[in-house]
Amino acid sequence: MDTGIIEFLSFGFIQRALIAGSFIALICALLGVVLVLRRLSLIGDGLSHVTFSGVALGLFLNVYPLYVSLPLVVCSALGILKLADKARMYGDAAIGIVSSVGIAAGVMLASLGGGFNVDLFSYLFGNILSISGYEVISSIGLSILVMAVIVFYFNEILSITFDEEFARASGINTGRINAILVMLTGVTVVLTMKVVGIMLTSALLILPASTAFQLARGFRNAMAIAAGTSVFSVVAGIVISFVMNLPTGATIVLLNAGFFLAAFLFKQRIRKPSAPAQ
Amino acid sequence: MRVEVVHASQVTHSFNAVEVLSDISFSIRKGDYVGLVGPNGSGKSTLVRLILGLLTPTAGSMSIFGTSHKELRDWNRIGYLPQKINFFNPHFPSTVSEIVSLGLVAESDRRSTNAEDKESVERALELLGIADLKKELIGALSGGQQQRVFIARALVGNPELLILDEPTTALDPETRENFFSLLHHLNHHHQVSIVLVTHDIGSIGEFASKLLYLDKKIIFYGDFDEFCKSDHMTRIFGPSSQHIICHKHD
Repeated sequence: MDTGIIEFLSFGFIQRALIAGSFIALICALLGVVLVLRRLSLIGDGLSHVTFSGVALGLFLNVYPLYVSLPLVVCSALGILKLADKARMYGDAAIGIVSSVGIAAGVMLASLGGGFNVDLFSYLFGNILSISGYEVISSIGLSILVMAVIVFYFNEILSITFDEEFARASGINTGRINAILVMLTGVTVVLTMKVVGIMLTSALLILPASTAFQLARGFRNAMAIAAGTSVFSVVAGIVISFVMNLPTGATIVLLNAGFFLAAFLFKQRIRKPSAPAQ
Repeated sequence: MRVEVVHASQVTHSFNAVEVLSDISFSIRKGDYVGLVGPNGSGKSTLVRLILGLLTPTAGSMSIFGTSHKELRDWNRIGYLPQKINFFNPHFPSTVSEIVSLGLVAESDRRSTNAEDKESVERALELLGIADLKKELIGALSGGQQQRVFIARALVGNPELLILDEPTTALDPETRENFFSLLHHLNHHHQVSIVLVTHDIGSIGEFASKLLYLDKKIIFYGDFDEFCKSDHMTRIFGPSSQHIICHKHD
């Protein structure tokens, strides 16, 4: 058994997948807690659709898709904020507009480029086992950047998440913090595409956070639980999918869904008053 | 002359070209306890938001601690209790301690909580009689307990100016009485300036030194005693209300 694990871990592609996947799972969990509480869960979904057009544009121009997706998604994230603010519309409508434009542009580019191909599908459904050494380094670097910004602005982020008006009255530049949050979300969505694919990116933002909210006894505690379940499900998902020859992205998401269900049922059980003794 | 804490000069504010406040000028000085009253839609909350810098006047100017909101650095000098706190997410996974410590975020650019901050939070919790609830989730508390948490958050940074928008909503009579005693203590012994927005005119009559009666423009601003003697009193509240509102100022 031990020899089997050592042999499994000796594969370079498994090591790369586990390292990059863990870092990305961690930042998804931390940001997910904030996004879900701010009722911005679907921004991940919207931005992942923009990532689709970024990937299509990259493939169309024969440029590495990350180089095109990253600036495009970060700009779109800021665009959602501006649209909601300047056009005086609800955030979900702004997300919907940017999201549908992203998909439409992606389909158009894929069509102009000669139809869908294998490359595009690997981005749609993820393929963490094929992650390259360069992608691992860029994923770790960007993940550390995202974590550092979250730690640096932790108090401001908590304040703005709980009560934006109070945060503004405390002198916090809420516009700047909101811009930072959506930019970090953009970076995270682009990185997550490799782990679970464009179609399932929002699950990695929403599910660990939702699991944590069933059990957490504080904001930091919620982030810790979300991070733990997220990293564990990515690691376990990679192992299980490899051993059982299953799609990795889907395995990770279903494991996360399983954790959420277990936490939900556990919470219902401890809430239920025990039956009186006969 | 006491230091000026808030100064409004010919402030006008409009939403979508509809004027909600017109030509407002007043000063609040250190140690003033101002009751801000007026009918629904009179612009009380808009004025509070202008004082806090959450809104920018359409015309005129507003300053706080002798400076503009843009240039203000010591935001911890202001304690604020918003009116619409009942609309917060009851499932928010934060403890009472975490919520109260948010009142210290403005204090500086510090990036971590130190022992002094923890002591301040403990003190604020004890002051409001909720020290035993510090590890509870905010959503698990009753409406009155939650309101005490938010009052503690407003007080934790030892502010020089307290702005309270309908603070006694959801408080039981005993807590309400203790709360007004606490405000009186802070005002009387620590010279904390207070702006109290309320419909409970009786509670203002008991402790406030000044009254600002607003109805899109200032109808009256001055000492409470003056208000009680003026014909504004009987015109606004009726002759029979005088003994209820002005009983402590007789």
